[in-house]
Amino acid sequence: MNSRNIVLFIGGITFGFGLAWGGMSKPEVVLSFLQLKDYGLVLLMGAATVTTFFAINVVPRFLKEPILGGEFKPRTRTLSRNTIVGAIIFGLGWGLAGLCPGAALASLGIGNLPVLAGIASMFVGAYAMGRFFG
Amino acid sequence: MFPLGIWSYIIGGLIIGIGVSFVYILTGIHSTQSSLFSSTMSYFSKIPYFQRKTYLDSREWRLYFAAGVILGAVIYTLTVSPDGWWTSSVGIWRLVIGGFLVGFGTRLSSGCTSGHGISGVASLSTTSVFAVITFILFGVISANLMTMLGVAI
Repeated sequence: MNSRNIVLFIGGITFGFGLAWGGMSKPEVVLSFLQLKDYGLVLLMGAATVTTFFAINVVPRFLKEPILGGEFKPRTRTLSRNTIVGAIIFGLGWGLAGLCPGAALASLGIGNLPVLAGIASMFVGAYAMGRFFG
Repeated sequence: MFPLGIWSYIIGGLIIGIGVSFVYILTGIHSTQSSLFSSTMSYFSKIPYFQRKTYLDSREWRLYFAAGVILGAVIYTLTVSPDGWWTSSVGIWRLVIGGFLVGFGTRLSSGCTSGHGISGVASLSTTSVFAVITFILFGVISANLMTMLGVAI
């Protein structure tokens, strides 16, 4: 295991721990947000985004490059029709299953075994996208 | 507005942000989730879309990252979780159809709740802001449509 993979593994453990603590690993919690009954996930996403904002926009002022090498580059994508059509399709699926990709993995970690069917379907969906529209 | 209180959400969000920041400060990598589906496919499919450099370069760390996410939730359950092991009662057909749409849509959109939602918005990407508004809006429509149709969970 090289050092980059170790860092990603530890980062993943932290990410999954936070998803579970914040309840996003439970489809019921996600659905109650999307049904506008509990706005807590706005706080969760806000707290995660503000923390990451400092890492992406402030830390590079004091640190020339990442500690293990590489470069600091904000995550940008070009806006296209696919961005929006894809987000519409994702949103419809999110409201149906109550799961997004990361939360589905964390859901497995809290013992929700039926979510394996959802994760398998995500792979099939991603395959269909790459096979027919990639 | 917050029947479960606000603190578990805020603490959970901060921990997620610390994980993403930790990876970024050490490696410059945006540790996002949904590309895992496409990058892992590069081990099995010769289709040029999956054999792109970005997937070949990231497919290994994305598997370590995903394994970490699962393990992190296991550790939470075994340590501080108030309710222990937990199973959802959302119907399997909702997981299967919803999961397909999530896999297809996130890859077409080039990002999910973490890619567009956390890393993209934190990078001040207007593309990601539009994507986030769109998937939340359609998530709300979809979830409420299910309620209106009388599908409890």
